[in-house]
Amino acid sequence: MDRLLHVAPSPHIAGEYSVKKIMFGVILALLPAFATSIYYFGMGALIVTLTAIISCVAFEYLIQKFILKTTPKISDGSAILTGLLLAFNVPSNLPIGIIIIGALVSIGIGKLSFGGLGQNPFNPALVGRVFLLISFPVQMTSWPVPKGFATGYADAITGATPLALVKEGVGNGEKISEMIGIPQHMELFYGHMGGSMGEVSAIALLLGFAFMLYRKIITWHIPVFLIGTIFAFTGILNLTNPEKFADPLFHILTGGVMLGAIFMATDMVTSPMNPKGMAVFAIGIGIITVLIRIFGAYPEGISFAILIMNAFVPIINRYIKPKRFGEEVKNGK
Amino acid sequence: MLKTFKKGGVHPAENKLSAHAPIVTAELPKVAIIPMGQHIGAPASPLVQKGDEVKVGQLIAQSSGFVSANIHASVSGKVLKIDNAMDASGFSRQAVHITVDGDEWIDIIDRSPEIVKEIKATPEEIIKKVQEAGIVGLGGATFPSHIKLSVPPGKKAEVLLINGVECEPYLTADHRLMLEKGEEVLIGTKLLMMALGVTKAYVGIENNKPDAIGHLRDIAAAYDGIDIVPLKVKYPQGGEKQLIKAVINREVPSGALPIDVGAVVHNVGTAFAVYEAVQKNKPLFERVVTVTGKSVKNPSNFLVRIGTPTSQLIEAAGGVPEDTGKIVSGGPMMGKALKSLDVPIAKGSSGVLLFQDAEAGRRPVEPCIRCGKCVSVCPMGLEPYLLMTYSDKKMWEEAEHERTMDCIECGSCMYTCPADRPLLDYIRLGKSTVGNIIRTRKQ
Repeated sequence: MDRLLHVAPSPHIAGEYSVKKIMFGVILALLPAFATSIYYFGMGALIVTLTAIISCVAFEYLIQKFILKTTPKISDGSAILTGLLLAFNVPSNLPIGIIIIGALVSIGIGKLSFGGLGQNPFNPALVGRVFLLISFPVQMTSWPVPKGFATGYADAITGATPLALVKEGVGNGEKISEMIGIPQHMELFYGHMGGSMGEVSAIALLLGFAFMLYRKIITWHIPVFLIGTIFAFTGILNLTNPEKFADPLFHILTGGVMLGAIFMATDMVTSPMNPKGMAVFAIGIGIITVLIRIFGAYPEGISFAILIMNAFVPIINRYIKPKRFGEEVKNGK
Repeated sequence: MLKTFKKGGVHPAENKLSAHAPIVTAELPKVAIIPMGQHIGAPASPLVQKGDEVKVGQLIAQSSGFVSANIHASVSGKVLKIDNAMDASGFSRQAVHITVDGDEWIDIIDRSPEIVKEIKATPEEIIKKVQEAGIVGLGGATFPSHIKLSVPPGKKAEVLLINGVECEPYLTADHRLMLEKGEEVLIGTKLLMMALGVTKAYVGIENNKPDAIGHLRDIAAAYDGIDIVPLKVKYPQGGEKQLIKAVINREVPSGALPIDVGAVVHNVGTAFAVYEAVQKNKPLFERVVTVTGKSVKNPSNFLVRIGTPTSQLIEAAGGVPEDTGKIVSGGPMMGKALKSLDVPIAKGSSGVLLFQDAEAGRRPVEPCIRCGKCVSVCPMGLEPYLLMTYSDKKMWEEAEHERTMDCIECGSCMYTCPADRPLLDYIRLGKSTVGNIIRTRKQ
């Protein structure tokens, strides 16, 4: 037989996963939330999302080609995902220029300065988001009131988020049960409230979660432990004084908890490698989020909480090991 | 719910193309090349010389150490030469080459088709016969079987597990053997139980072989103490430690042997060979080999004499397909890629697998995205991504500390890696280096 054969060692077959499939799987899982954000915020949601995606992909390409002088690898979909997540974490009336700055920080500082895909310790979209929050606090916290395409973009009517309303009210000594303008739980569940454009609709985000579980892109550990921690922590506080601390359902349905737990904290690159570590990571995020929400200066703290816990991931990976086979000797018991 | 092992595992496409092909006796080769090292341990030392006439079943090489095994002529004829020949590992090793002439067997072998059910041998005689017959683990590990039957002092065998899992995709040799030689396999199981002094045996079979499960269950009704256990399909369930965990829920500790948890595991092929050795006086000189692949004309199961060249089996299954890109001895997850088709079939050859060119190459390696899938599929609870990094950085102490030696090289990590990273290549490198370091330390 005169032909050349491959002789690489086993395994000789490879599974169905690929980096690209995972990235586009997550993008697909974000589409329900994208649809609801268009439904609630109209044109603004489209403009912000497209700007963020196009600028993230463009910066990835330009930096890789002209600064790092490597072959640009935008086809893996990771820059598209970063852009989409960045857009989801900002208000739907954010000026285009600010979005582009956010994309530059996300891709340039958050990702490529560490060596690109797989090397970044912090979630790139959140690096961009927090940078914008600190640099442009006014624009980053004027939340359009959800009115569909009537919301408009530059001329959107803005209002406070439910979390900000409660925080301000409690700060003024008001009782939660007497506050005006706090949406009902079902409204929160569907997403009819002010907020970052992708975070409002719990049901759309949960749909994405179910899809990612089905496709085995992520495991349940981080979202369940994270949301569970926030629920338990705020539940205990609520029991001590329901007029000062909002109920746990309110806490998990408002702000970025769903988006953060399902899509931001589960970012593979910046989360721990095994379920035990994931649990520690997620519980840490939950506790820090509640501490910031209740006792901090900001009404919402999940972005900070995720970034803080991102920094602990190498330590978690080092000290929290998966259970080895044969660790517990089961001698016929 | 079906039993299975808990930790990790993958489920590749099963592709059992030859599951319905009955076992066909392969033609005799013109020259049989019988390697001296077909088992784990020291190679056997040849007892014959160039020019000697040999008969089928004649002892031609003697076990040469504690861990070693006898080797018998698989054909009759004249010894052509004793010379090195390449085996499936790719290395050139000593082999006895026999020019085939007729098919004359040694007299003591019972060649009648009757199944001998009555067991006359004592436990000691069974172990002795197994040793004399040169039986090694036929599941692929090729560990000399008589050693597993001689329980070391202080240890006690409580249960025998017969491995009919055949968790490797494509392979069907054990499946066909269970269907066609079920009675013999169970008599072999009984013999192994007697040799070990145990009263309980479980035959673990994955649920993708319902016909084999049903068939063996019917026969097992007449055998006390033998249970057939259907298992959920999950790779690498055929791994010794995984099978023990799946069937009797015990975990063999790191560095320990199955006997430390009271278990002994033998493959169904080995059980069949034990039957033939003890009841029929027939040493191990032939075995069932699956020849398969998506483009192979007739995916087949052959009963093959040891020493038959791989090329001859492929011809018998319809020849090498035009689009072949890789030929593997064994299964797709753990088999060895062949460098030549002259490589002879040995005791541990369970299959010959021909990959199409399109599926033969590796995909380009991408950066690790730290998804943790390698960790979640590792059946030993290791962290393949970390072990790869330690090997890459030559951090051997850390690799040992993270239990790189526990790796069973099942390949699940690399199979599942979305970035197509060569995890197992690096871990093998780490294992061999760390293994050397440990051996030096002991001296």
